[in-house]
Amino acid sequence: MTINLEIPKKFKPLASQANQVATEVFRPISRKYDEAEHSYPKELDMLASLIDGMNEGSDIGGAGAAGVRREKGGDGENRNGSNLSTVLGIIELCWGDVGLLLSMPRQGLGNSAIASVATEEQLKKYGGKWAAMAITEPEAGSDSAAIRATAELDGDEYVLNGEKIFVTSGDRADLIVVWASLDRSKGRAAIKSFIVERDNPGLKLDRLEHKLGIRASDTANFTLQNCRVPKEALLGDPEVKEKGFAGVMETFDNTRPLVAAMAVGVTRAALEETRKQLKAAGVKIDYDKPALSQHAAAARFLEMEADYEAAWLLTLQAAWMADNSKPNSLQASMAKAKAGRTGVDVTLGCVELCGSVGYGENELLEKWARDSKILDIFEGTQQIQLLIVARQLLKKTSAELR
Amino acid sequence: MSTTTENKGVAERGMGYGLRALNRLAGSDLLDRIRIRKQVENALFQGTKNGFRTATAAGRTFKAAQSLGKPARQKKGRSKGLFDLTPDDEQQMFQEGGRAFAEEKIRPAALKADEDRKTPKEILDQATELGVNMLGVPEELGGVMTEQSAVTSVLIGEALAHGDMGIAYAALAPGAAATAIGLWGSAEQEATYLPAFTGEDVPAAALAILEPRPLFDPFELETKAKRKGEEWVLTGAKSLVARATECELFVIAADAEGIGPALFVVESGAKGLSVEDEPAMGLRPAATGRLLIDKVKLPASALLGEGEASAKDYAACVNRSRIAWCGLATGTAQAVLDYVIPYVNDRQAFGEPISNRQGVAFAVSDIGIEQNGMRLATYRAASRADRGESFAREAALAKRLCSQKGMKIGSDGVQLLGGHGFVKEHPVERWYRDLRAAGVMEGALLV
Repeated sequence: MTINLEIPKKFKPLASQANQVATEVFRPISRKYDEAEHSYPKELDMLASLIDGMNEGSDIGGAGAAGVRREKGGDGENRNGSNLSTVLGIIELCWGDVGLLLSMPRQGLGNSAIASVATEEQLKKYGGKWAAMAITEPEAGSDSAAIRATAELDGDEYVLNGEKIFVTSGDRADLIVVWASLDRSKGRAAIKSFIVERDNPGLKLDRLEHKLGIRASDTANFTLQNCRVPKEALLGDPEVKEKGFAGVMETFDNTRPLVAAMAVGVTRAALEETRKQLKAAGVKIDYDKPALSQHAAAARFLEMEADYEAAWLLTLQAAWMADNSKPNSLQASMAKAKAGRTGVDVTLGCVELCGSVGYGENELLEKWARDSKILDIFEGTQQIQLLIVARQLLKKTSAELR
Repeated sequence: MSTTTENKGVAERGMGYGLRALNRLAGSDLLDRIRIRKQVENALFQGTKNGFRTATAAGRTFKAAQSLGKPARQKKGRSKGLFDLTPDDEQQMFQEGGRAFAEEKIRPAALKADEDRKTPKEILDQATELGVNMLGVPEELGGVMTEQSAVTSVLIGEALAHGDMGIAYAALAPGAAATAIGLWGSAEQEATYLPAFTGEDVPAAALAILEPRPLFDPFELETKAKRKGEEWVLTGAKSLVARATECELFVIAADAEGIGPALFVVESGAKGLSVEDEPAMGLRPAATGRLLIDKVKLPASALLGEGEASAKDYAACVNRSRIAWCGLATGTAQAVLDYVIPYVNDRQAFGEPISNRQGVAFAVSDIGIEQNGMRLATYRAASRADRGESFAREAALAKRLCSQKGMKIGSDGVQLLGGHGFVKEHPVERWYRDLRAAGVMEGALLV
């Protein structure tokens, strides 16, 4: 028992498998699906089955988002579990391609939500399906409590109405986890999440977005029109109570480290390519020599790599805390904030360092610089993370620090 | 040790006498009448520099106790191979001891120590009691740690620097010389010098690498060691040495003829060794001085290590120093965070606490985020060093973070207090000055 911040040996095979997937499957089709926006990367079907197999065959969680579930525990023994292994898998896959990871069947954030809060019956019923997440509305982005979509109990069914935008893989998934309010007069306490089958006639696809990056991943906008779901489709506790929303928000403590991991992965991709490009250009990066006595490009590289290191470690810390049942919402938001901004700063910095080679489409550097931006936005923007961190550090309520 | 104080007394009295005479000269209009004030002032500047120059301390005689025949080394650290951020029991003990000491003794003494440019002896003695000087001393030579202790050293440095970085530097500097000898010294060198670090009367000592010039690179030293027959002759200068006038032992980095950068063990009082006062922006309780090395003759045995010194060992030394400074920067950055939180929550403006404003609150978030990143990067580098894994990359990245983010934290600490941060009533201005050191220092501390 001593301080150790290395990837545990038992996860190395998983990380190496994920890296092979990234190298052999993602990278070769990375540019293709960046250009062919809205066409389904069919190469992923076989891969998804493979990953399902990986998940089945081990107790350490897979390379995707479905592995995140808090285990009861706390016997004091240090645990490296599914949160950490999932983060490690995602880093490798996003080193390959963020958009393709987000398009992986059955690995959506909706799956994380289900894995985090579903009852055993719900897990049984919905396990093995691909679930997308629908929170954002035209008038409610970061402010989840302002959600206008409604859910009304009618006999044994809830009737959902409203509009949802920015639903990642919304058109491709089997299920959509929809956030809606049971009673808009009761504020955030009444917000619940519901599992809606994609083929539900009340769920209408409005359009697919055209985007800056992660173009392999589809982003759908829906209208819910008297969309009826069975009572059992409500995730978690149906009671309207003040703590209820906090429960919904707890999902984020598990999913934010995953998005941080995505940013870490794409950051590492950009740094590795840039190191290669700089080496070819005759710039040596030396870890012994003081950064400021080296080539300006080397000094800049070291600065970016240092930010990468911090983002990587903060992400591992948040996941490790989740594995050990330690409250981690502060660390999860720290990781997301640091990794999100580092992803953008570093990928853009790498394009600048590599000049036209970085900016041009012959290399993937410009693509990574476009892909990274969403990671500082979804699952809570940079500013939302800073708010959460500040409220925790300063012990403020959301009424005091808005 | 008593001779040390006497020496310094004489030096101080000498200065005092000199100043009185100078004051009379400055007050007279003779200078202006004969139009030589500028020249005299100039000469005075140079004269003062030399006036402050003193011989190094007349130290104890280091004598080899029974040598072990081959050098004793602490074992490499082991790990169960799992990611873990929990310190072990021994580390927790040191950490808690360090924290209590910092809170009860160091912080209350910090303001005066900064003004006096002196760390009270009582505090240095207590640090010795805590065991900070012997962390790198192998068990066979009276040390307490069986395994390598870079992480433990970082935890202690972090804890002490939460009290005050300058005092932490003063307290930890002797241990750096001992750790260097414990890590790389020959059996003879270990037997000669290490026992002194395990007792109560630990000598002031220093690991001197940094040189006084811009863009200093520890791998391109201007301090040279020339071979002369069996002897080495050292010439050069070393900067910001903690408690330089008190030091009885120096481990000095020099570019050794035919070898490259290497470390030499030099006892104080060696002919040609002198100390000049070198006060700086921060780290003032460490009474920093410049070590002047003027053709100091050393026996062949002064070269640290058995036979050929290795470039790898020297690089490890530089990188371990960087990790140590990161530990201090992390502790001081934590002090900033802990201080600004209650301040911005209490301070009212426009009818509410200033922390209700995002402009203020987000600055606090950033301090928390970057400080956490600095700490993790530092722990990683240290734990890799303990296990005998490569750590140059991790040390370099931790240093970049602690230098850059650490300084930003120091600056934001003052900024968040506004004008109140700029005055000595609050410690943030001191931390601002101290945190700049993390990017500047090389050597001096060791994990």
